Amino acid sequence: MTATPLSSSQGAGRAGDKIFSGAALAAGCIILAVLFGVALFLVVQAIPALTAPAAEIQGGAGFFAYIWPIVIGTLIAAVIALVIATPIAIGVALFISHFAPRGLAAGLGYVVDLLAAIPSVIYGAWGAAFLAREISPAYNWLAENMGWLPIFQGPASATGKTILTAGIVLSVMVLPIITSLSREIFLQTPKLHEEAALALGATRWEMIKMAVLPFARPGIISAIMLGLGRALGETMAVALVLSSGALTASLITSGNQTIAAEIALNFPEASGLKVSTLIAAGLVLFLITLAVNMIARWIISRHKEFSGAN
Amino acid sequence: MSSTLTPVRSKRSALTKGQLPKFAPYVVLAAALIVGAAILGVIGFNAFGWGIVSAILFTIGLVGWSAIAEGSRKAKDKLATCLVVGSFLIALLPLISVIWTVLVNGIPGLIAPGFLTSSMNGVTGVYDNRAVEEGAPVIGGIYHALIGTVQITLVATLISVPVGLLTAIYLVEYGNDGRLARAITFFVDVMTGIPSIVAGLFAAAFFFAVVGPGTKTGAVAAVALSVLMIPVVVRSSEEMLKIVPNELREAAYALGVRKWRTIIKVVIPTAISGIASGVTLAIARVIGETAPILVTAGFATSINNNVFGGWMASLPTFIYTQILNPTSPANPDPSSQRAWGAALVLIILVMILNLGARLIARVFAPKTGR
Repeated sequence: MTATPLSSSQGAGRAGDKIFSGAALAAGCIILAVLFGVALFLVVQAIPALTAPAAEIQGGAGFFAYIWPIVIGTLIAAVIALVIATPIAIGVALFISHFAPRGLAAGLGYVVDLLAAIPSVIYGAWGAAFLAREISPAYNWLAENMGWLPIFQGPASATGKTILTAGIVLSVMVLPIITSLSREIFLQTPKLHEEAALALGATRWEMIKMAVLPFARPGIISAIMLGLGRALGETMAVALVLSSGALTASLITSGNQTIAAEIALNFPEASGLKVSTLIAAGLVLFLITLAVNMIARWIISRHKEFSGAN
Repeated sequence: MSSTLTPVRSKRSALTKGQLPKFAPYVVLAAALIVGAAILGVIGFNAFGWGIVSAILFTIGLVGWSAIAEGSRKAKDKLATCLVVGSFLIALLPLISVIWTVLVNGIPGLIAPGFLTSSMNGVTGVYDNRAVEEGAPVIGGIYHALIGTVQITLVATLISVPVGLLTAIYLVEYGNDGRLARAITFFVDVMTGIPSIVAGLFAAAFFFAVVGPGTKTGAVAAVALSVLMIPVVVRSSEEMLKIVPNELREAAYALGVRKWRTIIKVVIPTAISGIASGVTLAIARVIGETAPILVTAGFATSINNNVFGGWMASLPTFIYTQILNPTSPANPDPSSQRAWGAALVLIILVMILNLGARLIARVFAPKTGR
């Protein structure tokens, strides 16, 4: 008599187990499906632009002629951001992990995380309203004194809304990413290595150079790659800060454009083939960032000991 | 900083001979500040330039003195310390500057009457011109954008949390580090790096294909935000589920509790504080996203309470459109005042969410006994 309720409750439990594990599995598969769907729907919607006659694409010279200047612009902005952000981010990470007093380190880490919390549109507004205005005298100086360099060729933009300003704003946005990942890795350095270096009479900097940096190098590289992924895809900072135009070598005149900003500025009013063109541009951006991120993740996964970074 | 390197000794002994005295950094700092002020006094004083010049002088002075008194190794160490501390101070500059700019520009907008309770419906350039030319109050507010942000974020959360949490449960409890689990982990990481505008384009392309071209509603934006939110929820929940001690699970199994009951009754309650704080951080991340909403929900000037129909405003797109396309192109000041007011509200929201996440994590910390 007691067997019936027991087995029935077991049956219900077994069904519950099946349903629950099935739901968990389904959720995992949804994620794979979404990523696949991102690629699929972008391709489907982009095909009209890729197959359309060249004259119908914006600019009248085909999709390739349309996309390559803004790909270059995207790379320029991202490279500026990384060149500025990387040394500072590594310095900040070292400061928090090895220089700051122990009690302060956690609080300082939180302060840097606040930089990551500020929405991108506010960085864009700040860059357009404050930074561009403050920095334009420096551009005039650069144009006058360093104008023989192609990248500082004058005349400098009077408003300061240039690709260099956009790159500086981007560098502020990628700084917390590189900092927090590098910090995690610096903290993973084997304590014995550090203490051995110090015991041999190394100064703090020599200890960092001998023990911390060699250990953290792959982690730093992948942190930079992840920062690059963010800088490539960042939209608002560039859309609001940059007064866009044709591709130019000079960083201090208005001109250049990035893929993300191009989409954001034109998509709301676009229709027909223009929508397809912009979605195709988005597909290009997706592929670039996907490649960058996969390389970064691959580097991390090859060095599993950085448990904090993956 | 460098003073900690010097052993504490009241008077100089043979052991401390080739070292800078403890007060050296302070002396150099004072000298650098004075000389910096003098240099800036010649070419025109400003506080920012004073700070930069003094910092450079301090570095040169301290490293130079150290090189003479202590030798090149100690000097290099001092130089590295100066650079590291300097980079931290440089990193603080934009944070302070952004918050200051938003506060200074945002407060007039925020305290304008009706800013939080009225929409932009019917607010045209005529009113803005009148506000500038005759000193009439700036009308129009962010009520519609607040409604839109709350609704879009809520729907995105309702989509992301079940999917993200169940995926994390699969990875920790069922995956066994198998091929599928590893694939999911990898692609979740890759998904973290999807540019926000591509997520928006995906949602737009998906609804264009399924519902019809030009479909722009709050729900499309919510789908776009979920694409950005799910990986964050998965990562944080996974970390939290992983630190639940195995003894708890084994104790439940030993009592004959089914696996799914164990997960629901034992594992998740233990990890709930971390999961909740992770979800809050994920909300904080997507609430400020502009680009995906811009391409999926358009921008409206009136209140729209229907997530599934019609264009919808949100705080970030409100800021963006008010700056880029002022209501009155001739007099953009009222628009920029509204934009900064909205930016202040948005920053306050994000900061509350961030602090809330930390509070949740601390107050409801798991009672694991470990």
